[in-house]
Amino acid sequence: MTGEAAVLAGFLAAAIRISTPLLLAATGEMLSERAGVINLGIEGAMLAGALASAVGAAAGGPWAGTLAAVAAGLIVAGIFATVAIGARCDQIISGTAITLGSVGLTGAIYRRAFGSGGPGLSLPTFPSVPIPGLSKLPVLGPALFDQPVLTYVAWILVPVAWWFLFRTWWGLALRATGESADAARASGVPVRRVQMLATVTGGAMAGLAGATLVLAQVGTFAEKMTAGRGFIAIAIVVLGRWRPAGVLLAALLFGSASALQFAFQAMGLTVPYQLFLVMPYGLALLALAGGVGRAKAPAGLGKPA
Amino acid sequence: MTGKRLGPILTALTAVGAGFAVLAIGLAASGYDPVVALGALGRGAFGSWYAFGSATLVRAIPLILLGLGVALAFRGGALNIGAEGQFYAGAIAATWVGIHVAAWPSGLAIGAVWSAAAVAGVIWISVPVLLKVRFGVMEVISTLLLNFVAEAAVSYAVTGPLQEAKRVYPQSDPISASARLPLLPGSRLHGGIVVAVVLAVILWVLFTRTRWGFRLKAAGLSPEAARVSGGIPVLRVVAGALLWSGALAGLGGGVEISGVTYTLFQNLSPGYGFTAIAVALLARLNPLGIILTGTLFGALEAGAQGMQREAGVPAVAVQVAEATIILAVLLAEVLARRAAARSISAPDPA
Repeated sequence: MTGEAAVLAGFLAAAIRISTPLLLAATGEMLSERAGVINLGIEGAMLAGALASAVGAAAGGPWAGTLAAVAAGLIVAGIFATVAIGARCDQIISGTAITLGSVGLTGAIYRRAFGSGGPGLSLPTFPSVPIPGLSKLPVLGPALFDQPVLTYVAWILVPVAWWFLFRTWWGLALRATGESADAARASGVPVRRVQMLATVTGGAMAGLAGATLVLAQVGTFAEKMTAGRGFIAIAIVVLGRWRPAGVLLAALLFGSASALQFAFQAMGLTVPYQLFLVMPYGLALLALAGGVGRAKAPAGLGKPA
Repeated sequence: MTGKRLGPILTALTAVGAGFAVLAIGLAASGYDPVVALGALGRGAFGSWYAFGSATLVRAIPLILLGLGVALAFRGGALNIGAEGQFYAGAIAATWVGIHVAAWPSGLAIGAVWSAAAVAGVIWISVPVLLKVRFGVMEVISTLLLNFVAEAAVSYAVTGPLQEAKRVYPQSDPISASARLPLLPGSRLHGGIVVAVVLAVILWVLFTRTRWGFRLKAAGLSPEAARVSGGIPVLRVVAGALLWSGALAGLGGGVEISGVTYTLFQNLSPGYGFTAIAVALLARLNPLGIILTGTLFGALEAGAQGMQREAGVPAVAVQVAEATIILAVLLAEVLARRAAARSISAPDPA
């Protein structure tokens, strides 16, 4: 491989690795938003998933960590769903409170379990799994087909979400609930139950996103390590226009923007690193400004059913 | 009438009780002695005049200022979740101005620092306001995202343009003596407490006694009705409320720099912008109530430090109590609404 091709392959691989947790969280958030529920607690679910994956992986390896992360995301989203859907409290404020509580809880548990400060944990992580044949393709092969298994899971969940939303009765019921809960209820859809299920499924995926971050990307846990990725996932859903393929492309765009950092370093450019830190947030704001006007949000988004 | 006045207070007390109950259960579940831990929390907040004046009240000042800012926006139905970012914008501006006013008389220097902080807060929130007015972007997400940008901006400032002259630590040089607030002798309590209380009273008058306050409330309660039957320019009223909200949060950052730390560094705020949401909601967005709830959460933050020192409980654990209090307030409001709806729709026993 020539130098430029190597840089490109490295860039693509980094872009996909970085976009994976965003893709998982955004696909999950898309499900709950399609059902009319905006869940700002997704950041908290992701953070809880990240810590649970670290604790689980330290005790029983990466798969145990993954399971623990999904369970943690389920629980956090379950609390949100109980308050915001069950009791019909304001979704935005409940979600913010859930995230606030998750930051406190994960911080306290982390310091209790692993002590404050000190060197980072060293956890058993997921190795890259090359797909025979495909991983030998030039440039694209190592980028797309030599990834940790959770990356493949995230990508497979995209067509699964599409099939569910647009080809099954339950998907139709979910979308109907998000457009008009009253109309859906009138035609026999158990509206609140659909919203609950969509939201906890989204939470489970956010938990899985946290596991990806820890077990397939960073390799350790740090307090507040999600750093707003859950909120960025919400912007990705808007940019992806509440459609699985759109969400995939939007997540890749964000991953690529963050991966530029490594490409710039490889090219020897020096820019303050804070500029790269803020790039995803700035991009999210741009995406919202450009995307909201044209895209159509579910009509019942944020309204209690 | 008494019931109407007592209701919010009972709700608030129940919510705070729920917060402490959850905290106590969590402490017990993680193997701490809740009595010891909560005792340490109480001593850290109220154990002595020094604890109350120099720990609790000093933390209450930014919480009251940011709580007022959050309440101002929430009253108009706009959810400013970015007070944290506006606080940092204010702190950066305050530090920069504070370093350059050494030759000024103190009153003028402090005025310049605070003005810069408030203006920086307005500039910081003007991006979400613009996005909302021009493109219909939800201010919730845009203000939230800008918190992270503000944190990165502080990180850049204290390692770059505002880093101390010695260039050793990632922090700014201290602001000049002329820009520092007077302290109450024998304590760390600074003049910002007066500003916080005065602003709360002013906002209370504005909210309850002026046409602007009425329009803001109408816009928040039912934008459609306010526009159609009230002829209120809802978007303009709400945009204005958001800008003032940013000014208050920015001022909070300036007051913190000129009264407490004198220097800028990362993690200057232990999440004041988020706690301020709990402060505002627990007070039902009432500015006078915010003086009390701000002090309560100041006590919680101060007590958390005491709990960490004495009982070894990580201070961040109190955020769980804060989150529980927010959720309990929301639940109480929903229950109250349902009770009201029932009493209206109940058939007349004739």
